[in-house]
Amino acid sequence: MKQDVVIRTVCRLIVPFIQIFALYVIIHGASGTGGGFQGGVIFASAIILIGIAFGLPDALQRISEKTNTLLSCTGLYIYAGIGILCIIFGGNFLGYSFIPLPLDSAATRGLMAEIVEIGIGITVMAVMTSIFYDIAVKEDM
Amino acid sequence: MKTWALVSVLLVGFLLIWAEGDIPAIGDSDAPAYNYVADRYIKEAYNETDTPNMVTAILADYRSYDTLGELTVIFTAGVAVLLLLRRGGRL
Repeated sequence: MKQDVVIRTVCRLIVPFIQIFALYVIIHGASGTGGGFQGGVIFASAIILIGIAFGLPDALQRISEKTNTLLSCTGLYIYAGIGILCIIFGGNFLGYSFIPLPLDSAATRGLMAEIVEIGIGITVMAVMTSIFYDIAVKEDM
Repeated sequence: MKTWALVSVLLVGFLLIWAEGDIPAIGDSDAPAYNYVADRYIKEAYNETDTPNMVTAILADYRSYDTLGELTVIFTAGVAVLLLLRRGGRL
């Protein structure tokens, strides 16, 4: 399933910018608008765009279904793992300030919130892409 | 059966209309949602979490357990779609 050359060229041009913007939204969730959920969905939209313009095999070549499943678990593990880490260091579940970093309490909490947002972004991206893979018609595979 | 359905619908509708009178007006500063922790969040969120965006501070720090649940919901939805619709092959 090959689309028109205009569609393919525009997609090839615009996909890197969508991905950069998605990473920006995830990383700058703490200082501006954005966050893990929004950034993850934007990143998934870039892969869905590849799937629409170049066909599903091309998208699967970039992120396979197996990688996708692993990534969707990884994000959740990052989140819950930080929670468990806080318990190991003697705090409450997800009590970020107990993690012993050479920073003051507020900065540690900010940093851990960033890492948690990255975990959210990974899971949301993988789940959205996985749903797209599953409901897309696999006519040319 | 239809009678019972009608009765239950009317009952729930009556309960909803009856409870509607207790909803605080939009923008009411005395509403319970604004009176307990909102003050602390607005005053202390930046000092306690070093995060300029208050929404992120609440979402990923004060209420991070809730957000973990939200993420689990999304993950579960993805796994459900995967189990129902994926044809052939291994996971």
